[in-house]
Amino acid sequence: MTNNKIILKINNIKTSFKIEGGFYEAVDGVSINVYENEVLAIVGESGCGKSALAYSIMGLHERSKTMVEGDLLFKGQNINDLTESSLNKIRGKEIGMIFQDPLAALNPLMKAGHQIEEVLILHTNMTKNQRYKKVISLLDEVGIPSPDTVYQQYPHELSGGMRQRVIIAIAIACAPSLLIADEPTTALDATIQGQIIELLENLKLSKDAGVLLITHDLGVVAEIADRVAVMYAGELVEIADVKTLFKTPQHPYTRSLLNSVPSVSDLQSQLHVIQGKVPPIQHLPRKGCRFKERIPWIRDEAHESHPELHEVARNHYVRCTCYKDFYFQNVTPREEKPNVYTSST
Amino acid sequence: MSILQVRNLKVHFPVKGGLLRRTVDTMKAVDGISIDIKEGQTYGLVGESGSGKTTMGRSIIGLTDKTSGSILFKGVELKNKRKRSKKDLRDIQMIFQDPYSSLNPKKRVLDIVAEPLRNYEKNTKWTEKHKVEVLMDQIGLTPESIYKYPHEFSGGQRQRIGVARALALHPKLIIADEPVSALDVSVQAQVLNFLKEIQTNLHLTLLFISHDIGVVRHMCDRIGVMYKGRLVEEGSSNDIYHNPQHIYTKRLIAAVPDINPENREKHSKHRKKIREEYEQTYKDYFDDEGEVMDMISISKTHSAALQRKG
Repeated sequence: MTNNKIILKINNIKTSFKIEGGFYEAVDGVSINVYENEVLAIVGESGCGKSALAYSIMGLHERSKTMVEGDLLFKGQNINDLTESSLNKIRGKEIGMIFQDPLAALNPLMKAGHQIEEVLILHTNMTKNQRYKKVISLLDEVGIPSPDTVYQQYPHELSGGMRQRVIIAIAIACAPSLLIADEPTTALDATIQGQIIELLENLKLSKDAGVLLITHDLGVVAEIADRVAVMYAGELVEIADVKTLFKTPQHPYTRSLLNSVPSVSDLQSQLHVIQGKVPPIQHLPRKGCRFKERIPWIRDEAHESHPELHEVARNHYVRCTCYKDFYFQNVTPREEKPNVYTSST
Repeated sequence: MSILQVRNLKVHFPVKGGLLRRTVDTMKAVDGISIDIKEGQTYGLVGESGSGKTTMGRSIIGLTDKTSGSILFKGVELKNKRKRSKKDLRDIQMIFQDPYSSLNPKKRVLDIVAEPLRNYEKNTKWTEKHKVEVLMDQIGLTPESIYKYPHEFSGGQRQRIGVARALALHPKLIIADEPVSALDVSVQAQVLNFLKEIQTNLHLTLLFISHDIGVVRHMCDRIGVMYKGRLVEEGSSNDIYHNPQHIYTKRLIAAVPDINPENREKHSKHRKKIREEYEQTYKDYFDDEGEVMDMISISKTHSAALQRKG
């Protein structure tokens, strides 16, 4: 992975929202690289700052109410301090984004085909005819069976899966070198979810682009990610390649998350529950291990006072030292072995 | 003994159109479904959106009128909503999908949970409060929380308040319509555990509606798979998961992401194989009009909508 080119270097990003006069960090010092031809997944519960990070990269936060500090080096250029108009030249062309809710992301008054064409009008010099052909080929590429008909249809005439395909077509229209997918499958049905996962897999192989996948669904991560970063309360708590992370998860948060997924092949009566909830950003503990209050049975000395990312194995980073002492409370047989997965086929 | 018997249930909605808003077509949301739920059992209904699983739940509880067929609850026919007896109404309760919109934000938890009690029972303020506190204890919230408002709770806690409201009248059957699909994984685990726990403690019967076959497999004893308003397969949880017969069920199971990245390629190949099989053999599983066939029995516990042999 390391010999690949870095597409996006996220360096110490802090995104703070203005709440009742004060600024509170939702993303608190995240640094990670996205390489060419890889899928980097960011996982965590809602409220952990995953989407806030994605929106910071795209510059989609409302500027008067948010502060984004740090560097976002996209192909060597810092896109964090660009003006809106120069950012517009990159957004949609070199960085594509897939949104969570396809119905909300599409314009209900515009035909699907025209919404894809819009990107081409803004970023290329194609003639009308060329654009039409390009749109048809894009629709074909995202697996829409009859592109000519769909071109003329409005979003409400399309099913959820089709809408998401249109969104993906918009995102890849200009062959971006970075694709940000914010929960691309969450709003979809199980069977359609499968198709979209397949589609995303194939896109990665053919486009040579870096993909930043944001999701809370560990199943999706296991299916398409190459590298995974686990985010908790605005910080990355564990970074590893996907096989390592699922096989030998280290950080208590990662292990708890993996244990709370109901597995279809392994029937145990109790699912693991993580105590408490992600604190709202006004009440985030800014000192010490942020996960501490959700694992109160671990002794205080196990945590670092200023938790840092430690490299526990090659390219496997874990924040804080509490992972060494961590054990599950009320251990049931399944929790004894963190290797929760067994073959389902 | 079956607590709920549904026989050939049909719910059709008229599609109005034209100048005079005449009925031009009917939407067959539920089209001839028969299921049996035993007392104390968890029955799972899976299918994609639009397959009619929610309509099915709503017609059992009486929020939607059935077109034909019968619903027997403890051996007695359930009438359509307005004619339904008070006793039947209180014996079946529902848990809704979204814990954020199913609780009135302007009401205290006390008023939310006590609402069914106020509708069906005459209690003094003191006994009512006592009953709510007992319920709070059952769902694992502190007694003081009855004076709080919904926004002060997390998603999982809210969903549990929804459960407390459903439990208030000691129902026999609870219909849970996608109770966890709006929740995070960790919170989902919390609610699922909790549902299982109260079910065993209170000996409840649960109709669990979901599109997530993983969750259904975790929760349910029996599973019915719905497609286009009909059942395509029904059987015990193991039958469905290990020996799916209908191509739609196979596809639904193949679509569940495998949580082990080591199996990624194998799983992706398997999924492609199933998809090809689906495209090629689709015709064999449906009749000439594209409708689901009638169910035939495969084993004692397992039946599927397949072509009759010979």
